Amino acid sequence: MSKPQDFDSKAYWSATLRLLIITLVIWFIVSFGAGILFRDVLDGIHLGGYPLGFWFAQQGSIYVFVALIFWYAWRMGKIDREHDVHED
Amino acid sequence: MDLKTLTYIVVGLSFALYIGVAIWARAGSTKEFYIAGGSVHPVVNGMATAADWMSAASFISMAGLIAFLGYGGSVYLMGWTGGYVLLAVLLAPYLRKFGKFTVPEFIGDRYYSNAARIVAVICLIFISFTYVAGQMRGVGIVFSRFLEVDITTGLLVGMGLVFFYAVLGGMKGITYTQVAQYCVLIFAYTIPAVFISLQLTGNPLPQLGLGSNIGDVGFLTKLDGVVTDLGFAKYTSGDKSMIDVFAITLALMAGTAGLPHVIVRFFTVPKVSDARISAGWALVFIALLYTTAPAVGAMARYNLHTTVNSALATGGDVFAPEASLEGESRPGWMKRWEATGLIAWEDKNGDGRIQYYNEKSKDEAFLTKAEAAGWKGNELGSKAKDGSFDGKVDRDIMVLANPEIAGLPNWVIALIAAGGIAAALSTAAGLLLVISSSISHDLLKGIFAKNISEKGELLAGRLAAAVAVIVAGYLGYNPPGFVAEVVAFAFGLACASLFPTIVLGIFNKKMNKEGAIAGMLTGLLFTMGYIVYFKGIFIEPMAVNEAANWFMGISPEGIGVVGALLNVAVAYVVGKFTAPCPDHIQHLVEDIRYPRGAGTAQAH
Repeated sequence: MSKPQDFDSKAYWSATLRLLIITLVIWFIVSFGAGILFRDVLDGIHLGGYPLGFWFAQQGSIYVFVALIFWYAWRMGKIDREHDVHED
Repeated sequence: MDLKTLTYIVVGLSFALYIGVAIWARAGSTKEFYIAGGSVHPVVNGMATAADWMSAASFISMAGLIAFLGYGGSVYLMGWTGGYVLLAVLLAPYLRKFGKFTVPEFIGDRYYSNAARIVAVICLIFISFTYVAGQMRGVGIVFSRFLEVDITTGLLVGMGLVFFYAVLGGMKGITYTQVAQYCVLIFAYTIPAVFISLQLTGNPLPQLGLGSNIGDVGFLTKLDGVVTDLGFAKYTSGDKSMIDVFAITLALMAGTAGLPHVIVRFFTVPKVSDARISAGWALVFIALLYTTAPAVGAMARYNLHTTVNSALATGGDVFAPEASLEGESRPGWMKRWEATGLIAWEDKNGDGRIQYYNEKSKDEAFLTKAEAAGWKGNELGSKAKDGSFDGKVDRDIMVLANPEIAGLPNWVIALIAAGGIAAALSTAAGLLLVISSSISHDLLKGIFAKNISEKGELLAGRLAAAVAVIVAGYLGYNPPGFVAEVVAFAFGLACASLFPTIVLGIFNKKMNKEGAIAGMLTGLLFTMGYIVYFKGIFIEPMAVNEAANWFMGISPEGIGVVGALLNVAVAYVVGKFTAPCPDHIQHLVEDIRYPRGAGTAQAH
């Protein structure tokens, strides 16, 4: 269990929380925002044969979730390395 | 070759595959039994998680639910996928760093309390048994409908198979059989969907087909027209209130992230960074099915309506007598599935034709026209348990009979049977494993028999798994009348009890055991109480389950969200007025917040 000597746990944790909040805001916007709260407005726009709000609720939100997790994992990896707490 | 022989061959081959994999990957130590040795590649773990997560409900029931709910079905699509984002950012990496074997073990250590650990075990056992009963039932149903054996035989075969690889192989055996099961189930799900999408819209990708044209009009526009012509709510709008859709979606998301058999999968990967990326892979594999399901649902609904009323596809007069399907010339699949009671026809107006429409429509003009045309009520439904006519077509038929409705070849139908069984077995095995490890590791090793040897613990784990299989089989054979209702129960409980308590344990290092236990119990009891109040499990419901009676318009399916908020509020208040969290626990929490030094999980 090697915690680096100069590890600034406060800075690491606030960087983690910042990324976490950005991730959850996007998560919220594409599902609860586009798919539920603002669906009626978005349904006025069409994506191919899909009303846009309906598309977000049944397709789009899922695609964004997938991309979002990979993006989050990549950014977290960067934060880990910057603070020298990555594995290996 | 006839359908039955073909189905036996396909299902038999898939079983041989699972057994082979199970023998190859059997467990030799507790570490292999609980967490597959902690050495599963993140992509492999993602695939196993997907199979673990996608149950008989996802495979057999979800598309049918979406077909009849339309937009309202989105709660399942978003709710059962969005939970993985929560898992990846709030739970999986931190629990992996913590590096133990079970979810109650984390709660017990973090809140330095055996009482907390026992409460967590109780939540876990309730949630998991609820689920597993449904899976065994699913296995029995698929066997009896496709292989024409009785439901008991089907159950026994399913139990035997799960017993074999869960008891022998533990987490290691389960992980690799789940990979095989994922391949079978995703193949079985997407093949018919591709054919049907191609037939209706000319686009082989169901995800795009749903947004394509049928003839000159958009498919969804056409479908909206078809269902409103029959007096149903518009497909792309649905009829759930916004607050309820919001609450159910959130409850399913947090519930997903709080399900022990899903969380424990992230203990099996080698590194913290693997846990994050593995959640992404799990969702990739889940998304393959979840983005196909809305197309399957919508297209099956379209096919069903246009089969019964030919004017819907051509745009003719739906009320013309000759538009309705003649009962005598109804298609073969309808006759075959009538034997199962999933679909039934009752000629209410005695005209020898089938009228399938919404007799309780809110569209008065439509009802007037229907009456003028001599329609005397909806004539297509299913057979209720007492043999009477129930005016609702069983939702499950939309997936089970889908290939037949679309006229696809027999091998596709056989594939659906194998896929349904794979989905049910993989989930059942994962659930049985968390049940058995919570008994052998949390209750025995952790609390009541601390001196038990590694060998003894492994044996106890296997025995517990064996007993759990038998109980699950019994529940599947003798389902308590409320299996469908308790699905909401399991998610609500996970959302209101385990999820907030684990998240608080990671993100608030000052949270103490008094706060956590009070919060968990509040969330648990409130959610349980609300569901029992409206659904009446074990007792008669105390109020009619309808929007007017609900708290803020939130249905029992979505109430877990309120339970979770209460959990957090109570935890903070109680935490303020009781002894602070000891220093060494605060250090433990700081330690799980960064990845370095994770190592693989240690027994103790």
